[in-house]
Amino acid sequence: MKILVAVKRVIDYNVKVRIKSDHTNVDLTNTKMSMNPFCEIAVEEAIRLKEKGVASEIVVATIGSKACQETLRTALALGADRAIQVEAEDALDSLSVAKLLAKLATDENADLVIMGKQAIDSDNNQTGQMLAALLDYPQATFASEVVVEGGEAVVTREVDGGLQTLAIQLPAVITTDLRLNEPRFAKLPDIMKAKRKPLDVKTPEELGVEIKSNLEIVSVTPPPERSGGVKVTSVSELVEKLKNEAKVIS
Amino acid sequence: MSVLVISEHDNSTLKPATLNTITAAIEVGGDVHVLVAGKGSQSVVSQVSTIVGVSKVFVADNAVYEHQLAENISKLVVELASDYSHIMTPATTTGKNLLPRVAALLDVAQISDIIQVESSDTFVRPVYAGNAIATVKSTDVTKVITVRSTGFDAAVPEGGNANQVTVEQVIESNKCRFVSDQLVESDRPELTAASVIVSGGRGMGSGDNFKLLEGVADKLGAAIGASRAAVDAGFVPNDMQVGQTGKTVAPDLYVAVGISGAIQHLAGMKDSKVIVAINKDEDAPIFQIADYGLVADLFEAVPELESSL
Ligand SMILES: Cc1cc2nc3c(=O)[nH]c(=O)nc-3n(C[C@H](O)[C@H](O)[C@H](O)COP(=O)(O)OP(=O)(O)OC[C@H]3O[C@@H](n4cnc5c(N)ncnc54)[C@H](O)[C@@H]3O)c2cc1C
Ligand SMILES: Nc1ncnc2c1ncn2[C@@H]1O[C@H](COP(=O)(O)O)[C@@H](O)[C@H]1O
Repeated sequence: MKILVAVKRVIDYNVKVRIKSDHTNVDLTNTKMSMNPFCEIAVEEAIRLKEKGVASEIVVATIGSKACQETLRTALALGADRAIQVEAEDALDSLSVAKLLAKLATDENADLVIMGKQAIDSDNNQTGQMLAALLDYPQATFASEVVVEGGEAVVTREVDGGLQTLAIQLPAVITTDLRLNEPRFAKLPDIMKAKRKPLDVKTPEELGVEIKSNLEIVSVTPPPERSGGVKVTSVSELVEKLKNEAKVIS
Repeated sequence: MSVLVISEHDNSTLKPATLNTITAAIEVGGDVHVLVAGKGSQSVVSQVSTIVGVSKVFVADNAVYEHQLAENISKLVVELASDYSHIMTPATTTGKNLLPRVAALLDVAQISDIIQVESSDTFVRPVYAGNAIATVKSTDVTKVITVRSTGFDAAVPEGGNANQVTVEQVIESNKCRFVSDQLVESDRPELTAASVIVSGGRGMGSGDNFKLLEGVADKLGAAIGASRAAVDAGFVPNDMQVGQTGKTVAPDLYVAVGISGAIQHLAGMKDSKVIVAINKDEDAPIFQIADYGLVADLFEAVPELESSL
């Protein structure tokens, strides 16, 4: 079984984003970038399926500028076998990303596509579902447990009311939630070895995918500041303030 | 202009987030129609029919729609889509699971998690865990949108009188099969609809210690939430997680107990009206956004709080 994993290079999750002073967009110059945390979980899940003997090959792909090759190398060091970078602007819209991934999934004949549920920059939470729709594949989003068996994946999903379990026929798309697994760290020798693993570069033209977006950013502004409040010295002062000042309890 | 809202429900009760989505739809303008796809969901249909501002309810009632699977419901929505300028769902796990499929099938973008309608083509949404607010304009023929409940008031549930229209299409979902649900039963208000929330973090130390919060929550009629660390540690189930990747809440009062205030947690609660933090570390980042901060050991402060309410 072949697994395609889609990874995105994003702002590191510990870093608070800066906003350009002209409010045209965020400012990512000299910002620490990392693999999207949900994508790390996707890579880890694929590796575990390979270690269990369920998967035979892991292909990892990203859509973005040359700098994203670094993210692919990280995935290769962790255990992916091959990588594909589709050269495109960073911050492409989800539908275009999904169309490019759909072409890769078809060309590669992948039995399973694993990706993050959400990129922590756009917070879109769309690409996996779009990819599944374009390929007419079933999907299991927000996965917290995956069991692959007999041509299907039985997936437990984190939903608002608790958990839901679905059985989806392969080929399929799975998107990861935080509790699916705890990703490993890459070891130094593996980082060295990853430099020699194959990394292909493709273009949207080669893949025959037209990039267009009908979504325009009008402005990006900082959120309204919450002014820090006061410290109270006791529980009774807290209760008094909530009753008489904030008037949120009676 | 006309808007199709996909309702969220469990075949017997309408989920309150649908009401907030209907308000967003009314702000867009034009007719607001609602799809109820389910099995034996007549009571949901009656609830939707009386919502003020809704003029038509599509009823797709069939066993194939019982579990709101994205594979077939997306196709059902696409069948209805050509009459609409906008398609909206709540940005709940069900809505997020479904709507991107609809957008892809219509070959349009999706605008996720809007908190404001500027005009019929321009919307406001948080990005980067709420650390930036983007205004985006769409020129797609159909605008496909998920709506964050905390951005909009609930529509008025009684007083309207919508027409009911039966949808006959039966679309199977043969590649995806529902296996089971493990839903958490609770007598407390639902997190996303509660006006008071008491949340616990890693500082709670164990699942048992969450009983301390229950005492306070009982007195305040509150829902109980949690940080990711508390869920990861197995103290409480995942449906209680508040934050960038959990639920977004904005109650009148949010009490954070033993929560440090990581940006991913703040992303889910910083629009609350009044924030209280109880933490033994006076430098915890949560104090920077709390209206009232109490530096104290929670194991002393929380029981005292319960008895003084
Ligand atoms: C991609 C991604 C998404 C994430 N999404 C979310 C999300 O949706 N929601 C979320 O919450 N987190 C999320 N996180 C995790 C987040 O970064 C933090 O790790 C998490 O919020 C920390 O939880 P906490 O505050 O309970 O734990 P900690 O940061 O460990 O804080 C515990 C606090 O308890 C206090 N404390 C300990 N004992 C006591 C006591 N006896 N009395 C009083 N105070 C005490 C301590 O002083 C400390 O401040 C996400 C992380 C990533 C990478
Ligand atoms: N540019 C990209 N390249 C590769 N994968 C991507 C890209 N953008 C999104 N994805 C995948 O889609 C997931 C969800 O992203 P999003 O829908 O943008 O929130 C991510 O976790 C990735 O797995």
